[in-house]
Amino acid sequence: MNEHKEPILRAENISISFGGLQALNDISLEIYPGEIMGIIGPNGAGKTTMLNIINGFYKPDKGRIIFEGKERPRKMKPNQIAAQGIARTFQNLAIFSGMSALGNIMVGRTMMMHSNLFSQALYWKFSQKEEIEHREVVERIIDFLQIENIRRTPASMLPYGLRKRVELARALAAEPKLLLLDEPMAGMNLEEKEDIARFVLDANEELGYTIALIEHDMGVVMDICDSIVVLDFGEKIAEGTPDEVKADPKVIKAYLGETGV
Amino acid sequence: MGFFLEVLVTGLLVGIMYSLVALGFALIFKASNVFNMAQGDMSLLAGLALVGFLELHFPLWLALVCTIAIMTILAYTTVFIVLKPLVARPPIMLFMATFGLAYMIQGIGQSIWGTQAKGLDLGIPDIPVTIGGLFMSTFDLTFGGVAGILVAILVWFFHKTRTGRALRAVSDDHEAALSVGIPLLKAWAVTWVIAGIVAVVAGIAWGTRMGVQFSISYIALKALPVLIIGGLDSISGVIIAGLVVGAGENLAEVFIGPYVGGGIQTFFPYLIALLVLYFKPYGLFGKEIIERV
Repeated sequence: MNEHKEPILRAENISISFGGLQALNDISLEIYPGEIMGIIGPNGAGKTTMLNIINGFYKPDKGRIIFEGKERPRKMKPNQIAAQGIARTFQNLAIFSGMSALGNIMVGRTMMMHSNLFSQALYWKFSQKEEIEHREVVERIIDFLQIENIRRTPASMLPYGLRKRVELARALAAEPKLLLLDEPMAGMNLEEKEDIARFVLDANEELGYTIALIEHDMGVVMDICDSIVVLDFGEKIAEGTPDEVKADPKVIKAYLGETGV
Repeated sequence: MGFFLEVLVTGLLVGIMYSLVALGFALIFKASNVFNMAQGDMSLLAGLALVGFLELHFPLWLALVCTIAIMTILAYTTVFIVLKPLVARPPIMLFMATFGLAYMIQGIGQSIWGTQAKGLDLGIPDIPVTIGGLFMSTFDLTFGGVAGILVAILVWFFHKTRTGRALRAVSDDHEAALSVGIPLLKAWAVTWVIAGIVAVVAGIAWGTRMGVQFSISYIALKALPVLIIGGLDSISGVIIAGLVVGAGENLAEVFIGPYVGGGIQTFFPYLIALLVLYFKPYGLFGKEIIERV
């Protein structure tokens, strides 16, 4: 369905190993603008490693990343990659616990602000205006994720589900071209999962975000993703639409074992 | 009662200078998890440089600007040459690197400006004045005021500016900060510059008091109990702890000292620190690290 479009991000023949462990072996994948792509696979399949390569925390041993048609230079740092428009959330939650929810989200927008420290001092008015404009975007995202009432609460005092939501808000606030979500529903109950699934869908459909996500809950993945890549022991064993993947014998084997077929 | 207040206020005014030294440590520790052994030596370098520039008959403002410039160069060299190769290594390695840095700064400072103790006279009179019936030294008042203003500026900076927020983000979570586009090393460098400016103020305050000399680098030892009491990673904590230590040691010296032969001042802060360690190992305001095992 996406043949006519250029992928926003293309990973080509990515390999990386840690010591003797081949975490990823010759993985290629494409993420198309406007889609939700799911990366699934059993534990230790290399899903998070793949995200870490896409956002620049790891440098692949082999292979290249092409973002918006341009090959990424090897020495590009994660913060520069973020500034290019790739935002992410983390599997085990990484929020700024010393700040309020609002502070967290404002920091998420940091790279969108152009005034530096000197202009902040010199053109006080300009910075203030800029800050107000950014505040408006941030407030819209707060509205969108329905976290108005915890705006001023220190992030460290929020319950787990809301922290996850603040982390998601921080990533959305950057208005990234590509949003990476590492298990956004991990550790949540059914109701919270449904909430997050709805937010992810709305972010994609209403706000137009392109999303790649890792998730273990197959039901959710099959429901919300447009395309799926399946990893197992660092190999890509299948890709396609949810229906194609669901029917793939290799996927069934990876998930259920030999006897499950 | 008046005498008690006098002792208390004098102690508080000295205490705020302890806060100042401890603040330098806390800033760097928060941002990079490094306990910077060179903080005292940075104050020494700042004092030496300032005296050096004043001896060249620079006006005070120019001498100050030049000193801050030197601290800025020092900050960037430290971060990009000494610390950069050690990013993501165990904290003990960075700690040892700051040890080396301390000796480098001492050596370089003294080989440029000499090892002799130098007087630093900024023309602040050291005369007793009475305010509200309390005897105080104008000297203590001036530096108490300057330190207070500096602390207020820092609090404003960290909470109200974008750069300050980014620095707080870095201190909370390195990976998350990178993922939102904050350059880690630049943030560290800015933190070291701020710690350098704090060191300049501390260097001036202590330099005018006891002369600019090698022993300034030991004011770091005064900061240790302050850090333990306040919590290594709490800015407001070390400020309050500095005041507690300053007031505590002065009160103890005056009111308990005579019964035990005096000299309490030198070890009293450590006594408080030990007590705090016993009951609150992360300091009164430090972040408790609770890990699941």
